[in-house]
Amino acid sequence: MLHGHQTWVFANRPTIIATAAVGGPFEAEGPLAKDFDKLHGDLWLGQDSYEKAEKVLLEEACTTAIEKAGLQKSDIQFFLSGDLMNQTISSSFTARTLAVPFFGLFGACSSSMESLTLGSLIIDSKSANYVLCGTSSHNAAAEKQFRYPTEYGSQKPPTAQWTVTGAGAAILGREGDGPKVIAATVGRVVDMGISDPFNMGSAMAPAAVDTITAHFRDLRIPPREYDLIATGDLGKVGFTIAADLLKKHGLEIPEDIFTDCGILIYSKDQPVFAGGSGCGCSATVTYGHILNRMRKGELKKVLIVATGALLSPLSYQQKESIPCIAHAVSIEYIS
Amino acid sequence: METYFWAFVVGGLICVIGQLLLDVGKFTPAHTMSILVVTGAILGGLGLYGPLIDFAGAGATIPIASFGNSLYQGAMSEAETYGIIGILTGIFEITSAGISAAIIFGFMAALFFKPKG
Repeated sequence: MLHGHQTWVFANRPTIIATAAVGGPFEAEGPLAKDFDKLHGDLWLGQDSYEKAEKVLLEEACTTAIEKAGLQKSDIQFFLSGDLMNQTISSSFTARTLAVPFFGLFGACSSSMESLTLGSLIIDSKSANYVLCGTSSHNAAAEKQFRYPTEYGSQKPPTAQWTVTGAGAAILGREGDGPKVIAATVGRVVDMGISDPFNMGSAMAPAAVDTITAHFRDLRIPPREYDLIATGDLGKVGFTIAADLLKKHGLEIPEDIFTDCGILIYSKDQPVFAGGSGCGCSATVTYGHILNRMRKGELKKVLIVATGALLSPLSYQQKESIPCIAHAVSIEYIS
Repeated sequence: METYFWAFVVGGLICVIGQLLLDVGKFTPAHTMSILVVTGAILGGLGLYGPLIDFAGAGATIPIASFGNSLYQGAMSEAETYGIIGILTGIFEITSAGISAAIIFGFMAALFFKPKG
């Protein structure tokens, strides 16, 4: 049901029956390693290209989530997925393996919450019993496509971020035990004119702020309603900007409940510049770490604001600025 | 000892210019490299790069600007012998060793190693 301008409240409360997070070698060294279902020591995952490795990550996340839910592939009615590769090949190729009716999405790094939002809408309208939502990213594959192959050894400024090698998947169902999707705010595309692909956090921060303010305006609730509000992959630079902008907009989010998945996923000692980024960032942190904390009872209600930079390699070579988007999903777990 | 000092200073300054082009000028690495090569060729054409090499030695020959100077020198020396066609045949005369080495060693590295990231 539409609340306000751009927020859906799901009356039937779709349940996140099971989730899975798969990560790479760098994620395995991070502080959230224990929240991953599977970690790979090899960036290639035994494949002969990084793109194939990313597809394997997503396939593993999906099959692990299906197993954890105690379901079969044939029980899933729809698969919604997006990723960063050109023509979203990781998602399409995983859909080929799963052989499940499929919607391919592109919301860049906001794909995790874009797919969860649309999946919840499908479940809420009783159009399916089970929906699988997934997304993935691979550090070397993303670097190759959007910046330079890492072998080239090009320098990066401190505002750059480290694309997460990982995939996350969630299974939504109409009933059962698990965290419930309460509401979702669909973001607008915001572009403040930043064109530097090594400063995506700053580009995405205004989009996150736009969606967060819209969420609280539409639902008429205070930020304290949540135990945790996590942005997707703003990193240290973008997160600071977002926090400042929110204050200027008169929306005070208490520091103890406000965080960013891109800051959480890596430790301070890891050379990741401003923090993590990529579709896999918000997906693995949410479907691994944050939902695990909810299941343990440490968090009751969270808001995940996945942020995406909607650039293409061609658009930035032609010196276009970076349009950005953020989608917010409210998840509650009362055990 | 003085040669070492000036090599360090001049080579370092060329690198500082490159770093400023990257960080302040926001040029891409490819643009930065091209700017330094073209600048080297222009300085060579103005007759300034030769004296800089005499003064700073490896400080002027190792940075990529020296490649631009070599392109110019190769083209001009061949032009003297063979006329206008010499500009085309001579442009890679001096630099061919560097270019071939990059291709051959790159190929050999690709045969034996797999990138780690």
